[in-house]
Amino acid sequence: MSFEHRHLLGIEPLKPHEIAAILDLADEYVALNRRPEKHSDVLAGLTQINMFFENSTRTQASFELAGKRLGADVMNMAMQASSIKKGETLIDTAMTLNAMHPDLLVVRHPHSGAVDLLAQKVNCAVLNAGDGKHEHPTQALLDALTIRRSKGRLHRLNIAICGDIAHSRVARSNLILLGKMENRIRLIGPPTLVPGQFAEFGAEIYDDMREGLKDVDVVMMLRLQKERMDGGFIPSEREYYHRYGLDADKLAQAKPDAIVMHPGPMNRGVEIDGTLADDINRSVIQEQVEMGVAVRMAAMDLLARNLRAERQAKAG
Amino acid sequence: MSTLFTNARLIDPEAGTDAPGAVLVQNGRIAAIETNAADPARLLRAHKVKPEDATEVDCGGKCLAPGIVDIGVKVCEPGERHKESYKSAGLAAAAGGVTTIVTRPDTTPAIDSPETLEFVTRRAQADTPVNVLPMAALTKGREGREMTEIGFLMDAGAVAFSDCDHVAGNTKVFQRALTYARSCGALVIAHPQEPVLSAGAAATSGKFAALYGLPAVSPMAERMGLDRDIALLEMTGARYHADQITTARALPALERAKTNGLDITAGTSIHHLTLNELDVAGYRSFFKVKPPLRSEDDRLAVVEAVRTGLIDIISSMHTPQDEESKRLPFEEAAAGAVALETLLPAALRLYHAELLDLPTLFRAMSLNPAKRLGLDSGRLAEGAPADLVLFDPDVPFVLDRFKLRSKSQNTPFDTQRMQGRVEATYVAGEPVYRRD
Repeated sequence: MSFEHRHLLGIEPLKPHEIAAILDLADEYVALNRRPEKHSDVLAGLTQINMFFENSTRTQASFELAGKRLGADVMNMAMQASSIKKGETLIDTAMTLNAMHPDLLVVRHPHSGAVDLLAQKVNCAVLNAGDGKHEHPTQALLDALTIRRSKGRLHRLNIAICGDIAHSRVARSNLILLGKMENRIRLIGPPTLVPGQFAEFGAEIYDDMREGLKDVDVVMMLRLQKERMDGGFIPSEREYYHRYGLDADKLAQAKPDAIVMHPGPMNRGVEIDGTLADDINRSVIQEQVEMGVAVRMAAMDLLARNLRAERQAKAG
Repeated sequence: MSTLFTNARLIDPEAGTDAPGAVLVQNGRIAAIETNAADPARLLRAHKVKPEDATEVDCGGKCLAPGIVDIGVKVCEPGERHKESYKSAGLAAAAGGVTTIVTRPDTTPAIDSPETLEFVTRRAQADTPVNVLPMAALTKGREGREMTEIGFLMDAGAVAFSDCDHVAGNTKVFQRALTYARSCGALVIAHPQEPVLSAGAAATSGKFAALYGLPAVSPMAERMGLDRDIALLEMTGARYHADQITTARALPALERAKTNGLDITAGTSIHHLTLNELDVAGYRSFFKVKPPLRSEDDRLAVVEAVRTGLIDIISSMHTPQDEESKRLPFEEAAAGAVALETLLPAALRLYHAELLDLPTLFRAMSLNPAKRLGLDSGRLAEGAPADLVLFDPDVPFVLDRFKLRSKSQNTPFDTQRMQGRVEATYVAGEPVYRRD
């Protein structure tokens, strides 16, 4: 298995076989997580710090659980409430943390590129848990694992990503990952939220949702942030739901066995119909959450192996 | 006091020539020029200078050009002297072949009253070996609400008026300021940009900004800003200079305005001529400038506009920023780059790429800015001030930012291979810099 990266900062630097390696290992962790005794010691003795400069419940919990199941010592820091308010710069915060000898640093930050910047200043493995509008690699990996397990493959699928593409790091990471694995990708949404530049990445752009969903295998819905609903980007919540909300009627355009995904948290009745989200025959939203823990365990395991190998090489 | 420069390659932007020759300097001015001079001593005899009274500088076949007149240099006095002082800026300018710096008023506080202007003039005279000409703000505090005392400020020595990167959102205020400036004969320098569209932008919209998830502005915002300003010039007849034209789409509007006889000139920055948006890769904040770096197509269009003369002036847009302002996530990092010392080596990239010849470069860096400000420098002509730069256009080197003389070292060219550097700089015939 080859995965030669010190950090997981995005999908962009990964090669297709490296993505497959993470997913293969994650499959093993799915099995572990389903056992009554779900514990391993591969990260025993290592310290994992979760630094979230932006509110998060689900991703932080997922990373915390992943670390604990692998035996790491896990600490959570809610950065939006702490030193940043006191005027400390990101670099200073990073240097302070670095002095505590963490091994795995999980970081979310509201600005694009902030996690890359931080990774340059610390000597541990850094995992990007979302930076601004840039990347959210573990989300794309868990989506990929969900698709692969549900569809039996991760190539030559028609995949629609719908909603607020412009402000979404989830969309960017997914677009890059699914593109690397040779899928056809469609981006669906109002032009205020789906900039034309994305066509240059090889995606097809649709502003008519029914047309865009025709014969797709996978429908990925994105969350529409409350602050975008006030008339700045779309006229209103109800018009958005009418034109771009996923309901049974629009989904009928997709293949009969198409799956429905959502990174959560959902706005029922805004981007997705509540009944559809709960339909266990179509919706894989709960599986996504399960895959999230497994993918994060796999990513941290691989990075920890590289970290240990690097330290051994230095020591010997 | 005479100096005879012999064995030089003379770059004359006025005549558009690049030819071997000799220059005689007397009392701070160019007394005589002879191209293809087989016997340079003839210049001494013709001007009745005894050989023992003249210092001879053998240029060794290197280039001698009129010193650079750099419009839009930020010296951080008053307010942030730790970023750049008149002393450090003067040393950097001299080492970069810049013999006149035209300073920006976007300091803290802004240079918007005759008293502040007199303060900086005093500081500049005490500490700087090159010529310093100050600009003043067009509106108080650069806030775009009330105009400054344009008349008094001109009496105190202001050579132009600018709110720098603050675009006047209130068109009525801007119109009145232009009208008043016209009555004083003042030159107004503006930043053509649609202010609302460009607010908060850190990159130019396009594939790159989309991939990196950066807040971006359409290049069209520059044309929209320029279009408005041109309409105001038609109304007011003011003397106007656009500080930086960086996009292809703004060029036709500029050309029409010039054809229609408006008193308009345009500049661009050395960074927009030599770098493009892809250089930001990896969120390198030293490449964050304002307006943001553009696409390669835009860069080439702007280089071509400099060649044809549609864009008149190349500036360094020297903007010192300390490490703390730059070591931040890209969106939060301060914009701007130091460039006094790298202006000429970077410009020579365009020469080596065979996009611009040396007389064209010095037309944009020396002749045109001097002309626009009504100075008699910027020329290699008899009677002009002997503000000269002697440089070797070919010698290669790797730029080390920690060797720059500026107090701030935020250059995008760090560790890059450059070709060509300054050997010596003269202001009024006196050497202000010699490479060790």
